[in-house]
Amino acid sequence: MVTSILPLDVKNAVVRRRGKTLLGPVTTTVSDSGLSIVMGPNGAGKTTLLRLLHGMERVSRGGSLRWQIPEEEARARQAFVFQAPIMMRRTALDNVAYPLMTHGVSKKEARQRAGAWLERVGLTDSAQKQATVLSGGERQKLALARALIRKPEILFLDEPCANLDGRATREFETLLMQAFKDGTRVVMSTHDIGQARRLAEDVWFIHHGLILEQTPAAEFFASPKTSEARAFINGDIVE
Amino acid sequence: MNELLAGLLEAGRLIVTVDADLIEISLRSLQVTLTAVAIASAIGLPLGCWLAVRRFRFRRFVIATMNALMGLPPVVVGLIVYLLLSRAGPFGVFGLLFTPTAMIIAQVIILTPLIASIAHQAIRELWAQYHDLLISMNTTRWQRIATLLWDGRRALLTASLAGFGRGIGEVGAIMIVGGNIDNATRVLTTAISLETGKGNFSLALALGFVLIGLAVLVNLLIHTLSRTEVSGRW
Repeated sequence: MVTSILPLDVKNAVVRRRGKTLLGPVTTTVSDSGLSIVMGPNGAGKTTLLRLLHGMERVSRGGSLRWQIPEEEARARQAFVFQAPIMMRRTALDNVAYPLMTHGVSKKEARQRAGAWLERVGLTDSAQKQATVLSGGERQKLALARALIRKPEILFLDEPCANLDGRATREFETLLMQAFKDGTRVVMSTHDIGQARRLAEDVWFIHHGLILEQTPAAEFFASPKTSEARAFINGDIVE
Repeated sequence: MNELLAGLLEAGRLIVTVDADLIEISLRSLQVTLTAVAIASAIGLPLGCWLAVRRFRFRRFVIATMNALMGLPPVVVGLIVYLLLSRAGPFGVFGLLFTPTAMIIAQVIILTPLIASIAHQAIRELWAQYHDLLISMNTTRWQRIATLLWDGRRALLTASLAGFGRGIGEVGAIMIVGGNIDNATRVLTTAISLETGKGNFSLALALGFVLIGLAVLVNLLIHTLSRTEVSGRW
């Protein structure tokens, strides 16, 4: 049995850029299973938090991120889906096969497995199309397939449905729930309270760069502890 | 006006009669410039890419220098290469002066900064787009460079073609290091220069039209072979 990379211990992590504190200090533990939804107003630090956990932000001032295995190896066993999916200038098939090809899988096998994934996300017909001509919904599904193809233990998603319509969002959520049921730890940020209610097992509410609440979803929506969270759920403008 | 018309007619005559001299100097032009472009691309494209991806202390300085070198005066390059390759120079023992090899060396020096600069420009944009994704996927630096070179290949082709454009029409450097020797180092541009000096305007013009035609032909050929400029592709 391979050691799991989770849980992840975060201690006093602070992200600063040009002297401004964007996030933190954050102290929390990312447990080894579950589906967490990160919520908060614009600029609260949702994206920065996800990037921090994924190892894409420099942690300053005595903070630390501790995976169960050395960070180098842990980084290879996680994936990230960006708000605006980044499409490589290749066919849809090669986009999905890319992470395998850069990690020592032969071209032929990588394409074969990518083909299977395209089928799973319903993009088989677009396999030979340039990824950049796909629609918004198709792009995000492609990005999800590309993120999942190496079977990451933890998947971060940064408002993946922000630019999708209802149907595309539903399709995306179905695929995401499937990955979750298959054992992937999911941490996703969203603006959409409806989506949070549908998916969340627990909610992290952040405001001004601090995690104000980390509570099970039912509890969070029924009786939020902080006044900011209460206002946010009620649809008031939180500043 | 008469000279232009005469030049066109002369160009037509030379091509229709498959003039042996014309074929020879045209082929030498192509040989010198294509070889120089190939070598300069092999150096310039990865260099441009590397400069886009890598952060180091003197990066800005290196890029500024490279951009400035795009405008390197060919005559000066010719002169320097001449001095280096001449009998008394450090590389004199190789006996390369007044050979096509010397012309290729001079053109590589002229073309490399140009190709590297344009490649850097193109790759920088692609890198801005790919940055987060490639970092997130835990790729190595070499994988990133290889990916950018491959996905940016159509933009890089433009860089090489710009290099070809500058090389095929260049006369200052190859005149000095090649010497415009008949049957040895004479190419289209040096021949034009020579014929103009002799007052042989129609022949000079004819060679000029052949030169322009050749440049257009090579560009079209490369675009066709690489299937660029087709809708939905890069």
